[in-house]
Amino acid sequence: MRRRAVVAQTRAETLLQLRRGENLIVTLAIPLGILVFFAKVDAISTDFAHPVDFLVPGVLSLAVMAAAMVSLGIATGFERRYGVLKRLGTTPLSRGGLLVAKTATVLVLEILQILLVVAVGVAIGWHVPAGIVPAIGLLLLGTVAFAGIGMLMAGTLRAEANLAAANGLFLVLLFLGGMAYPLAKLPTPLQDFAKALPAAALSETVRAVLASQAFPVGELAVLVAWAIGAPLLAARYFRWEE
Amino acid sequence: MPAAAPDPAISVVGLAKHYGATHAVDGLAFDVACGEVFGLLGPNGAGKTTTVEILEGYRTPDLGTVRVLGLDPVRDAPALRPRIGVMLQEGGLYPGLKPLELLRLFAAYYDDAEKPEVLLDSVGLRDAAGTAVRRLSGGQVQRLSLACALIGRPEVVFLDEPTAGMDPHARATTWQLVRELRDRGVTVLLTTHAMDEAEQLCDRVAIINGGKLAALGSPAELTQHVVSDEIWFAAAPGLDVAAIGRALGLGETDVVEDRAGDYVVRAAGTPERIADLACFLRDANVTLGALQAGRRSLEEVFLQITAEQAR
Repeated sequence: MRRRAVVAQTRAETLLQLRRGENLIVTLAIPLGILVFFAKVDAISTDFAHPVDFLVPGVLSLAVMAAAMVSLGIATGFERRYGVLKRLGTTPLSRGGLLVAKTATVLVLEILQILLVVAVGVAIGWHVPAGIVPAIGLLLLGTVAFAGIGMLMAGTLRAEANLAAANGLFLVLLFLGGMAYPLAKLPTPLQDFAKALPAAALSETVRAVLASQAFPVGELAVLVAWAIGAPLLAARYFRWEE
Repeated sequence: MPAAAPDPAISVVGLAKHYGATHAVDGLAFDVACGEVFGLLGPNGAGKTTTVEILEGYRTPDLGTVRVLGLDPVRDAPALRPRIGVMLQEGGLYPGLKPLELLRLFAAYYDDAEKPEVLLDSVGLRDAAGTAVRRLSGGQVQRLSLACALIGRPEVVFLDEPTAGMDPHARATTWQLVRELRDRGVTVLLTTHAMDEAEQLCDRVAIINGGKLAALGSPAELTQHVVSDEIWFAAAPGLDVAAIGRALGLGETDVVEDRAGDYVVRAAGTPERIADLACFLRDANVTLGALQAGRRSLEEVFLQITAEQAR
């Protein structure tokens, strides 16, 4: 693997991400907006004394979902449409090098997101708990799961369909993810369905470690299953040309 | 015993590739020597792009063997990719990057890349260095795509319809770049629909039709065997074609004005007939613009070969 090529590729992809305004809305403005809005507007009741203790873990999960699934998936779908992936295939930047660069690009964005969410959270009364280190481990696991889903859609759907599907799925998983309000607010059958999805699995496990609650083993199992299954499906069905 | 010929830069033997029931390439064979500019000509769907994409390592052949610089484009891809340059028929560039950013990115893929600023100048895009790719004209995108193919100082360059969508000025720039590549000993394989491009640039051309090789040779070789039984000349429009026919000892309908000022004489260009034509023009005080006889253009050869096989 050519280190210089991977570094340049990561730089270029990060630059492209920052240039897409709609990408910044989904990955930064929406998570931060939800954090501030639900913390300040008394719209929901949670088991937590302070809404921000409920919200920060949910919004961290939402941010990771936006970066790994929506941002990565939509960008990759259009690169496939424009023949960029095909063209890169004849350069010495191997497919492995491209994947490393895309992973690094997602991680750069996530570091920025986590810093901003934590900073805004602290500003409105959140205290950084000791559980932040295992929480980051869980967010990385969630990144693998959501990147797998994003790449599966990007590599199989037309670019426009992928755009709609990624944004639509983002909205569905936000509503069913226990991110802005507790899962318990959902009707029971919908709760059961939501618990099988990666969004709720991520937010519930992150919340448990940040609040030092009993660790939800079942949710962790769901998250691990998505983190294994989705990338395997993406690797199996991804087509480099549209 | 003669010295062994140096290994060809590109070798294609018994190549076949089909998609479902369609035989895109069907038993193709040719070699491209090192330093040669080689043209693949053929109508749409002849198998040009499929052949090029197999040589680039995008597709695997169903049958046959291809080698580029002695390497298998798929199996030996890591060794081959640093030594080739590719220009796709369309697309391949990040729409959100600017030309200089894109060339700097591509330069980072190669160990001994050209200077991005210098290459941008030589493809005539210096003024567009700060414009996002999505805002460039079609011809500018093509030239940037060509620059990306050349940035790694490749030994073999694949250009799939390099001048499609270019204005005459951009086309001339591109032709000049290809000539410079040849002067530096770079092997070029290009596909084109433009016969004048093939005649101007290519040392040899292969005409392929229906996935098969229909003709192979230098443009001069391909055009000299077919002796035309027509004389073509250009002069002032509106000449009396019946009078020209009589002056050449032909029927009154054997000379026609194809387009204004373009005349076709339907008879072989014998020395005597050319002299008679010259005398007629002298007597009528008409200046000759151009004259061609006895040899067909590559375009005529191409049309004849591809039409024969379509029957």
